[in-house]
Amino acid sequence: MAEQPVRPPQSPLQQIGAVLHKDLLIEWRTRAQVMALACFALTLLLLFSFAVGPDITTMRRHAAAYLWMSVLLSSTLLLARSFHIEVESGAIETLVLLPASPVALFYGKALANTAQLVFLCALALPAVIALYDASLAEGPLPLIPITALGCAGMAAPGTLYAGLTARLSARQLLLPLLLFPLIVPCLLGAVKATSLVMAGDPMSQIGAWTTLLVCFDLLYWSLCGALFGRVLST
Amino acid sequence: MKTSPIPAAAWALTALGFALLTVGHGMGLFVAPAEAMMGDVGRILYAHVPTAWVALVIYLVAFISAIGALATGRWGWDAAVEASAEVGVVLNALLLIQGSLWAKPTWGIYWDWDPRLTTTAVMLIMFAVVLLLRRVVTDPTRRLTVTGVATICSFANVPIVYMSVKWWRTLHQPWSSPETVDSAMVLPLRIAAFGMLFIGVGLVWARQRTILAALQADVAEPDMPELPPALELTAESAEQAGPR
Repeated sequence: MAEQPVRPPQSPLQQIGAVLHKDLLIEWRTRAQVMALACFALTLLLLFSFAVGPDITTMRRHAAAYLWMSVLLSSTLLLARSFHIEVESGAIETLVLLPASPVALFYGKALANTAQLVFLCALALPAVIALYDASLAEGPLPLIPITALGCAGMAAPGTLYAGLTARLSARQLLLPLLLFPLIVPCLLGAVKATSLVMAGDPMSQIGAWTTLLVCFDLLYWSLCGALFGRVLST
Repeated sequence: MKTSPIPAAAWALTALGFALLTVGHGMGLFVAPAEAMMGDVGRILYAHVPTAWVALVIYLVAFISAIGALATGRWGWDAAVEASAEVGVVLNALLLIQGSLWAKPTWGIYWDWDPRLTTTAVMLIMFAVVLLLRRVVTDPTRRLTVTGVATICSFANVPIVYMSVKWWRTLHQPWSSPETVDSAMVLPLRIAAFGMLFIGVGLVWARQRTILAALQADVAEPDMPELPPALELTAESAEQAGPR
C-alpha cells in the first residue's frame, strides 16, 4: 500500500497546534530536562527560606513572592531551551522554510512555554504551601487564571527574546537582562494577586491585579507576535 | 581635509537649548515664587520636570526610529535608534539623580520603592540593555533587527511608567503640568522645557550623524587592490610555453 503524503497544516490554528505539539512532544521525550528544572525551582524555594531565616510568619507573608521568583529564575533556563534545541541541531533553518507563518510559529512556541511554566508553577505551589506554611484563604480556584496569566506574561516576551538571542554568543547573559526588567509589571501583578489569594482579599483587589495581568498579556502577546517574523528572518 | 559629519544646525540647536535652559533655570531660581509646601527645595522642579518630559520624548524618538529601521532596513533609522537611546539613557539617569536629591528633603529618604520611581529605574536598565546589545552584536544587519525589536518592546513599558501614578497609589505627587502649577511658575518651566528639548534633539541629531557615518564605513565594501588583467591564451603563447 502506498504511503500517504503528510499534508502540511493549512489554517493558522492548525499550524499553531502543530508547533505546540512538536515542542511539547520534544519536552515529553526529554522529561529529565523538565524534572531538572522543577528541582531547580524547589532548590530556589529552599534557598529563599535560608536567606530570610527561620521566622515562619515572615516566610508565610512573602510566600507568593518566593513562588513567582523561583518560577521566574527557572523560566530563563526553560525559555533559552525552546530555541537552543533547534539551533543546536541546525533545525532552525528548516523551521524558517516550513510553509507556516512566523506568527503561528511564535504562538505555538509561546503556548508551549506557557504550558511548561504553568506545570512548573503547579509543582512549586505545594512546596510553597508546605515549606512556608502558606494557606489559600480564597480557595484554589482564583489561582488558576492568575497562574495562567502570569506564566503567559513571562512566556510571550521570553519566547521572542529567546529567539532574538538564540544565535548570540552572550545569550545566557542577555536573555535574563532583556527579560527581567520588561516583565516587572507582570511579576508585580502575579505576586500581588497570588498573595491576596493566600492571605485573603477583604478589599476585593484581586480583580484589579488580574486586570493588570490581562492588559500586560494582551500588549505583549500581540506585539511579540507581530515582531517575531523579523526575528526569525535574521 | 576630513569634514565632521555633524551639521552646524545641530550645534546651533544645542547651543540655543543651553541658552534657554540657563534663562529658564535663572527665572526659576530668582524670579518665580517659592513652592508653597516645600519652599526653595521645590525649585528643583525646573530641572526635574523638563528632564522627565524630554526623556520620554527622546524614548518616543527611539521607538519611532526602531519602527522605521525594521520597516525600511535603512541605516539612518538604525543610527537614530542608537543616538536616541544614548541621549534617553543619559536624561533618564539625570532624572533619577535629581529625583533622589529632591526626595531626601521632602520624603526623608533618597530612594523609595514608589512604583513610578522603580519603573523609571527599570526603564533606564531596559534602554541601557539596548545600548549593550549595540556593542555585543557585531553584524550590522542583525544588530538593526535585534536592537529595533528590543527598543519597541522596551518602549511599550513607557506608558506604564506614565500611567503608574494613576494605577497604583503612590507617594509621588501627580505629574506637573501648566494646570497643576502656579501661573508664575509656568513661564520658567516652559522655557526650561524647551531648552532641554532643544538640547536633547540637538544631541540626538549630532550623534545620529556620527553613528551613521561609522555605520556606512562599516558596511561599505573594503578597498581591494585591483586585479591584474586576464591573460589571453593564444596559439603562439601556447607554443612558447612548450609541452607540459
